Amino acid sequence: MSRQIRHVLSSAAAALVAALAPLAAHAEWGNLNMPVGVTELSKQIYSLHMTIFWWCVAIGVFVFGWMIWSLVAFRKSKGAVADTSITHSTKAEIVWTLIPVVILVIMAIPAARTLIAIEDTRNTELSIKVTGYQWKWHYDYLGEDVKFFSALERTSDETRQLQSGLDPNAVPEYLRDVDKPLVVPEDTKVRLLLTAQDVIHAWWVPQFGMKKDAIPGVVNELWFKVDAGKTGIYRGQCAELCGRDHGFMPIVVKVVTKEEYKAWVAAQQTDGANEAAPAVNAAPTVASIATAAPQG
Amino acid sequence: MANTTTAHTHDDHDHKPHGLKRWLFATNHKDIGTMYLVFACVLFFLGGAMALVIRAELFQPGLQFVDPGFFNSMTTMHALLMIFGAVMPAWTGLANWMVPMQIGAPDMALPRLNNFSFWLLPFAFTLLLLTLFVPGGAPAGGWTLYPPLSLQAGDSFPLTIFAIHLMGISSILGAINVVVTIMNMRAPGMGLLNMPLFCWTWLITAYLLIAVMPVLAGAVTMLLTDHFFGTSFFTASGGGDPVMFQHIFWFFGHPEVYILILPAFGVVSEIIPTFSRKPLFGYESMVYASASIAFLSFIVWAHHMFTVGMPLAGQLFFMLSTMLIAVPTGVKVFNWCATMWKGSISFETPMLFSLAFLFLFTIGGLSGLMLAIVPADFQYHDSYFVVAHFHYVLVPGAVFAIMAGVYYWLPKWSGRMYNEKIGKLHFWLSTIGVNVLFFPQHFLGLAGMPRRIPDYSTQFADWNMVSSVGAFIFGFSQLLFVYVVWNAVRSGEKAPQRPWESARGLDWELPTPAPYHSWETPPSRDVVAHGTVQH
Repeated sequence: MSRQIRHVLSSAAAALVAALAPLAAHAEWGNLNMPVGVTELSKQIYSLHMTIFWWCVAIGVFVFGWMIWSLVAFRKSKGAVADTSITHSTKAEIVWTLIPVVILVIMAIPAARTLIAIEDTRNTELSIKVTGYQWKWHYDYLGEDVKFFSALERTSDETRQLQSGLDPNAVPEYLRDVDKPLVVPEDTKVRLLLTAQDVIHAWWVPQFGMKKDAIPGVVNELWFKVDAGKTGIYRGQCAELCGRDHGFMPIVVKVVTKEEYKAWVAAQQTDGANEAAPAVNAAPTVASIATAAPQG
Repeated sequence: MANTTTAHTHDDHDHKPHGLKRWLFATNHKDIGTMYLVFACVLFFLGGAMALVIRAELFQPGLQFVDPGFFNSMTTMHALLMIFGAVMPAWTGLANWMVPMQIGAPDMALPRLNNFSFWLLPFAFTLLLLTLFVPGGAPAGGWTLYPPLSLQAGDSFPLTIFAIHLMGISSILGAINVVVTIMNMRAPGMGLLNMPLFCWTWLITAYLLIAVMPVLAGAVTMLLTDHFFGTSFFTASGGGDPVMFQHIFWFFGHPEVYILILPAFGVVSEIIPTFSRKPLFGYESMVYASASIAFLSFIVWAHHMFTVGMPLAGQLFFMLSTMLIAVPTGVKVFNWCATMWKGSISFETPMLFSLAFLFLFTIGGLSGLMLAIVPADFQYHDSYFVVAHFHYVLVPGAVFAIMAGVYYWLPKWSGRMYNEKIGKLHFWLSTIGVNVLFFPQHFLGLAGMPRRIPDYSTQFADWNMVSSVGAFIFGFSQLLFVYVVWNAVRSGEKAPQRPWESARGLDWELPTPAPYHSWETPPSRDVVAHGTVQH
């Protein structure tokens, strides 16, 4: 019996190794942690994440150490005899109530400080209204007369169809590219006003450290300020289940220099490219979105 | 001792109905307990099959097997089945078996109610499973049923709501039965603070159930009227607020989490002392810690929804109250460690599952502490990090504790021992499988993979593949569990009166197998004193 099981296990293990071998070629095994990100807030959030992580590691080392020590040292098979007189100790119990409290206070202070910074949306230089739709995003640069939809780019969309026969690995940025990205300037405090037209969505770009829900009837705020010199393309996707194609509404943000941004806005205003791309989906009127009452 | 043994062998002569009638009209706590456990096991496999559909689709990028809509139905149904169909009925089954045996009562206080609360469940889950075949498919808006998305469901909508109502009624009735039994039917000399911790944690759980299941019923009823009767509780265009649903739902949902895990604390608090051959360390502080956890569970609900845009003061409050839960939970973990300290530890299957619980639940608890830090939660929220967190507390947490309990008490229930070798094999495959399955999900979430997506970009491919391999190892090794239990009940070796020599509690003072009516005459004060956990 046990030999049979051993045989099954070893052949299963061999099959597993064979199946995993080709992975080494395109491995992203190193993708283990939260990105540090490119904004002031994202860096603070990363450092909070690492602080609480190391506290957890320390607590884990202590607790698991204690458990493993007991399991090794007090084995019945090694002749350990139970000391049944140990039933409680008020002193010990007070200690292991108080120490966690102290750790929690130490953690709560920096967390509260960062939270206050996150909620401080004063002095924003650029406001963009972001509206979630099933299943795309709409961006409206307030006061600039620039607005457009942003949806999953076509090659990904074809590849992701059920049994499409197309290879996702052959698509650059599979499921992470859009037809028209959000463009923002570096070193500028950008405020997003988030709402939704149909169901709840959530706007999340991990490199910016934040996500926030886009809720019908509610206007939420989120701000980010990308560090100077961190121009480039940053990607994320909808993070709140929003129906059938929830997995297929990516977010792409193109961070450019302030000059490039000005030129881009001017070009948008003159060439009339607004709203052009998804003409098939009749764009809902701005008025209908604007009726969404601010929360609070 | 000898007296009670003979007294109870007589009771076994009493006539129980045979065949189908025995089960349909069951009023015996053991029969009903068995039905609950078998039901939970069936639903565990159904919910598990759905999980394997999810993991098969996520094995590699691209959509290979299922439509995204069906995928969403699978995640939704998997959660509903596992929470309401597998874990909760399994706990009620264990309570049915063990509470009367442990407090010295002949049966549950309300046997016909007991029958009713069980037989609601097959109907509830038949309704729920039927939604797989109605136009529009099974509910696909997540088990959290957030509107407006949940209102977009097809014909499944009223069936789902009605099924949830039935499950809720069943849970409330089961909970009332536990409270009434514990409050009224304890043997003379069995004070509340002499009860085994399993009874204590179940008593607290029962109060939680009675408090919050009506809240869920209210929330889903409001969904129902929004959908069919023109109300706008949660519809923004009619003046309602979709966020209000989330507040009401999680006011139910967070205590629900402890409903799933508190009885696990009880089971582990019985098994670790038995196999450490030492009394539980800090019995009273364990009781108080359980009660504090239950209290705190009512004031932390909004930590499930930090990203909805709450006022700063609200976020700070829910962050601090959530962090506080770490304190009583820490007391529990430390007390279990102190119970093993200077013990005489052996590693039978129930102990192995309890130890895995101790290690892996602690990992889930630590990631929970991380999730409480609001700014960091803005990154973790709705990512696979959360999926990893709650599966660590629910699978090697609640599910492992249920299995530990079944291995522990099976000899007393059936009078037969299970096969220790296969039990250990089941343990090792489960423990390895569960870690291969869920540990990589921490990485996926931190790297930016949202939950509830049927397909993902190629950067997430590697760890998803590992996770899926773990899922299949874990899933199929559960067949061993069924085999071990079946094999033990059919042809296991005869179990002695006290299968684990240092097990304490009135349940172990009964003959093996336990008589049909547990304590028809209350145990004498001597037996109670000998059987109490502090002895």
